[in-house]
Amino acid sequence: MDNVVLHVADVHKSFAGLHALSDIDLTVREGETHAIIGPNGAGKSTLLNVCIGRLKPDSGHVVFDGENLTGKLPHQINQLGVVRVFQTPEIFPDLTILENVMVPILAKRDGSFKLNWFRRFSGEKSVRDKASEILSNLGLGNMLDYDASSLSRGDKRRLELAMGLSQEPRLLLLDEPTAGMARHDTNSTIELLKTIKATGMTNVIIEHDMHVVFSLADRISVLAGGKIICQGTPDEVKADPRVKEAYLGEEQV
Amino acid sequence: MNKSATSDWLLFLCFTVAVLAMPIWLKPFGADYPDLMQRFAIFGIFAIGFNILFGLTGYLSFGHAAFLGAGSYAALWSYKLLTMNVIPAVIFSIIIAGIFAFLIGFVSLRRSGIYFSILTLAFAQMSYNLAYSVLMPITNGETGLQLNLADPRILDRAAGIEATNSLPLPNIFGVATTGMPGFYFCAVILIIGFFIALRITRSPFGMMLKAIKSNQTRMAYTGFNTRPYLLWAFVISGMYAGLAGGLMAVTDPLAGAERMQWTASGEVVLMTILGGVGTLIGPVLGAALIKYFENIFSSFNKSELQEVFAFLPEGLADIMVSVSSMFVGKSWHLTLGLVFMIVVIFLPGGIMEGVRRMGRMFGIGKAPKEPLSVANTQGSQANG
Repeated sequence: MDNVVLHVADVHKSFAGLHALSDIDLTVREGETHAIIGPNGAGKSTLLNVCIGRLKPDSGHVVFDGENLTGKLPHQINQLGVVRVFQTPEIFPDLTILENVMVPILAKRDGSFKLNWFRRFSGEKSVRDKASEILSNLGLGNMLDYDASSLSRGDKRRLELAMGLSQEPRLLLLDEPTAGMARHDTNSTIELLKTIKATGMTNVIIEHDMHVVFSLADRISVLAGGKIICQGTPDEVKADPRVKEAYLGEEQV
Repeated sequence: MNKSATSDWLLFLCFTVAVLAMPIWLKPFGADYPDLMQRFAIFGIFAIGFNILFGLTGYLSFGHAAFLGAGSYAALWSYKLLTMNVIPAVIFSIIIAGIFAFLIGFVSLRRSGIYFSILTLAFAQMSYNLAYSVLMPITNGETGLQLNLADPRILDRAAGIEATNSLPLPNIFGVATTGMPGFYFCAVILIIGFFIALRITRSPFGMMLKAIKSNQTRMAYTGFNTRPYLLWAFVISGMYAGLAGGLMAVTDPLAGAERMQWTASGEVVLMTILGGVGTLIGPVLGAALIKYFENIFSSFNKSELQEVFAFLPEGLADIMVSVSSMFVGKSWHLTLGLVFMIVVIFLPGGIMEGVRRMGRMFGIGKAPKEPLSVANTQGSQANG
């Protein structure tokens, strides 16, 4: 187990007696794309929420690059380089598209708080150039000055991905990046994620769509009923009878 | 980019000219006397500061009058203990209000939305009641804090300035700040305050405040610690309120607890909303408009109304007088209420929205920002 970036160790989480996560043990290696799959209600999003500090585990801990994330606040976890892209797009609807990406770049550059009230935001040329370059790469380059709220849902997700990428994360957590997308859009998202993967960025991806999972993942963890029932390469997972029973059986892969 | 910087300087220049030329262009409105113009400036400062919190972060404080009061008391104590020069008085009022805002903000900002508003309201009312009871030695209770011939005035006495037979006047290096000098002093501070607010609004710090208003949760997952951002915004707006309170003591050197009452906190909310929340000029306009109406309508009385309606037949005139007297004099708040309702219903963005709409009608200004057509997103909501 060399170069483990993220280690989820023995994590338990229950809500009012319901075991949402039990005995979760998961490792993500540097540079890999790790998919977490499982039926609805298996605890995938809960696991992600524990990783980014939205939820506190009842026991166990999450270690990122030697740092214990448990008990850290969301902004501290982000500052360590763990960035999440949400399932329902979380953007700044009242800011322009360009500003939406400039803000996260400033978080990375200036840290979690800086009282720089005398500079001009629009005068931050390097930040601006970087943001517009990322947006152009994602096909949003021609609407930099529009309000983010005016975007379609699909473009909002693209914008959020741009916000995540702009921070050059060391670990990118993607929550169902293609949920609710038409096949055509899904394919372009897969291509996009492949280029991200090619840069050597470590990704954790939660996904429903098996097509997406098998075209991207280096390793897969299968979650069912709050437990990891199988972990391995895509081929190993495909072959595992428990996985077929718990999950793949319904999906006809 | 440079275009926006240029247009900001232009805005600042226009604002400066408009403020300094108030005695000229307010003449036709009958509002060109120093006392009223000074009130425009003071409440303009109060509203600009309030807008830094409410307009940028969306946190609605209902307790800003507490800082106004604290500023007045601080200025008075500076007169009494140090000197009648207004500069130290104003500086002290900013510092004291800032400290006070830090303490109240630190606790209140643990909650957001309505709970935040209620907490600030509670703190302000607490301060108001304390000023009448426990804090009597500092505030002099109901009588209000006043100057006294026997005050120490250490710096003045050290400089050989003695007040012998009459109470000394607040002054700026010897020039008494009453009448027009008083107005110009407040006007210059209003211009400085506007400049600082302009810089804050356009700065990365200001952008973070707007982003917090837009989606505070997202800010945390973007790596920002939102607490110090909010606390600074709260303290800065508290300092503006303290400055306004200090300036009130510039022409009229006394301070009473009624400045801390919740109605005063509510008034600044009205001013900001009436002018346009989140705009730079709006709060100043709102403040001036409310103070102007207060002045004009509250000074009307029955006999003046009778003169106005004297041309009507007698019975009709009586009816008109009794109906319209409900809107003037002591009950001018009814007029304010009506104006406020009309503005909020028809122009939710305040007077500034009206200005923008008019600008658009005449083809100036920007069209609303909507993408015309967005490629490759068709069907993205298909099974969302």
